[in-house]
Amino acid sequence: MNIPQLSVFLENKPARLQSVLRVLAENAVNIKFLTIAEVKDFGILRMIVDKPEAAHAALRAGHFTCSLADVLAVALDDASGALLPLMETFASRGINIEYMYAFTDRHSAKAITIFRFEDAEAAKAVLMEGGYRLVKWVAPGELQA
Amino acid sequence: MLSPDRESMNLGALRELQLERLRWSVGHAYEHNAFYRAKFDQAGFRPDQLQSLDDLRRIPFLTKQEMRSQAPYGMFAVPMREVVRVHASSGTTGNATVAGYTRGDIELWATLMARTIASAGGSADDILQVAYGYGLFTGGLGAHYGGEKIGATVIPISGGNTERQLKLISEFGTTMLACTPSYAINMADYAARHLPDYRFPQALRRGIFGAEPWTEAMRGEIETRMGIDAYDIYGLSEVIGPGVACECSEKRGLHVFEDMFLVEVIDPESGEVLPEGSQGEIVYTSLTKECCPVVRYRSRDITRLYREGCACGRTLIKMDKVYGRSDDMLIIRGVNVFPSQVEAVIMQVEGVEPHYEIVVDRHGAMDDVEVRVEVSEAIFSDELKVMNALAEQIAGRMRSTLGISAKITLVEPSSIERSTGKAVRVIDRRKR
Repeated sequence: MNIPQLSVFLENKPARLQSVLRVLAENAVNIKFLTIAEVKDFGILRMIVDKPEAAHAALRAGHFTCSLADVLAVALDDASGALLPLMETFASRGINIEYMYAFTDRHSAKAITIFRFEDAEAAKAVLMEGGYRLVKWVAPGELQA
Repeated sequence: MLSPDRESMNLGALRELQLERLRWSVGHAYEHNAFYRAKFDQAGFRPDQLQSLDDLRRIPFLTKQEMRSQAPYGMFAVPMREVVRVHASSGTTGNATVAGYTRGDIELWATLMARTIASAGGSADDILQVAYGYGLFTGGLGAHYGGEKIGATVIPISGGNTERQLKLISEFGTTMLACTPSYAINMADYAARHLPDYRFPQALRRGIFGAEPWTEAMRGEIETRMGIDAYDIYGLSEVIGPGVACECSEKRGLHVFEDMFLVEVIDPESGEVLPEGSQGEIVYTSLTKECCPVVRYRSRDITRLYREGCACGRTLIKMDKVYGRSDDMLIIRGVNVFPSQVEAVIMQVEGVEPHYEIVVDRHGAMDDVEVRVEVSEAIFSDELKVMNALAEQIAGRMRSTLGISAKITLVEPSSIERSTGKAVRVIDRRKR
C-alpha cells in the first residue's frame, strides 16, 4: 500500500527543525515517525504524520519547501531475521532501494518498513508476488498492518 | 514611434545635429559651471576646439567620484531659481550624486520616457502602473512623467505593498507595468504563494523593466508568469534617469536616444576609445540638458554598441543588454564575472528561480565563491542524490560556461532577502 510521506527541505542551521515542529503542533498534527537525511549544508526531513494533507498545506503556507509523495510501506513481524528474506528477494530480482527506514507500530506490534524505490511499480509487483503484507493507510491517520 | 524625425534619422543628419548640440552643451558647461571650467582649463581644452565629433576626445572623462565631490549643487550650470527638481542616486557605495533639472530638463526627460513607452508598444490607451519607487530615485517619477506625456493613465502606486499591487493590476485594468525586473518576479512569486486563485489578467500586456541588469532567462520567466511582453529600459540618474535607451518590438538590443546623448565605448583600463562593436564601458555626453550637462561621463556600465538596421525602423545605435557595472564585476581568481552571467547560468537549470546571491570571500590567497540558490518546490526532491545532482549540475555549468569553481549551496525559500527595488546579488567579504 502506498503511504503519503511528507518531506521538507531544511538548511543545516539551528532552530530550523524547531520551526517545522511548531507549524505542525499549531495545526494539531501528530508525527508517527520522522527521520532526517543530511549532507553538509542541508537535510531532508521525512515524516509520516496523521494528517498529511493538512500538514503539507500548513508548511507550504509557512514558506517551507516541501512535498507530499507516496512511499511503499510493508508490515513485517517484529522479530529477528524478518527483514532478511525481503532483502534477498529484492536482491535476486535486481530491485534497487533509494532509501528506507523502519519503525514499530504499537497498535499492530508490527515493524513498519518504508521504502523508496528507483522503480516503485516493479518493486510493488515483487512484493505482491511474494505475499508480503503492504500496510494500509486508514484515514485520518492510523497505520493498519 | 513617437518622434520618427529623430528616431529614424539618417546618420549624416544625426551627426550634424549631434555636433551642433555638442558645441552648445560643452560651451554651456564651460561658461556656466566652475567645476567644468577648471577641469577643461587644466586639460588645456577650449570649447571652440570642437570642430568635429572626434574632437570630443580632447576632453577628459568625468567620473562618479568627481560628481560626488561636487554634491549637492556643484555640477549645476543654471541659477537655483531655474532648478525645479533634484534627484539623487542611492549613495549605497558612498555619498550620493545629486542631479538637478530645469523645467526644460523635466520636459526632455518626459519626452524620452514617452518615447520609451511607445517603443515598448505603449500609447495613450494604456493604463500604466508605476511600481518603481517614487522619491529621490529617478525610476518612479521618470516613468510617471513619461506616462503622462504620452497620455497614458498613470497609476502612481510606487514600489512595495505587493498584495495591493496585484489587486490594482486586476481591479484597475492595468495594461502596462513599470518596475525593476526583480520586483516583477517578486510579484509573481507573491501571487503564487499567497493568492492561489490569482491570475494575471489578460488586459495586462506589457511591462518596462530596468534599473538593474537582468538576463534573457529572467525575461522569459516574467513573460511566462505574467503573460506579458517584457522590455528592457535603461538609464542612469547621473545622466538623466530612465529614458536613455530602450528596447523596441524586436527585443534585441536597446536603442540609445542619440539625438540627446552622445555615446562612446572605452576600454575601462586604458580609457582608449574602442571601435563600434567592441565590448567596453559606455561614456555619455548629454547634448541638450540644461541644469546638469554631463560631458564624457564614465557610466561604469559594460556592454557593446553597434549600428544595424532594425525592423522597428529606428536608425539609432543599439546597445546590448548591460552585462553589469564595472564596480559590480567580480574578479575571481583572475576571471571577470558579472552577477548577470551567474544568473544566466543558474536559470538554465529547469525550475530554478531567480532568487540567488553570490558570496565571495578570501581564504588565504584564494577567492572562494559561494552561490546560494533557493530551493523551490519545482526542484525539490525527497532524495538526497537528486538534490546533490542539482547542485553539481549548477556548479558544472559555472565551471564550463564562466570558468569559475563555485560552491553551490541550496537554501530554504525566502532566506534570500526580497527586494521591492534593486536586488542585492553580491556579498563581497573581501572588501574589508
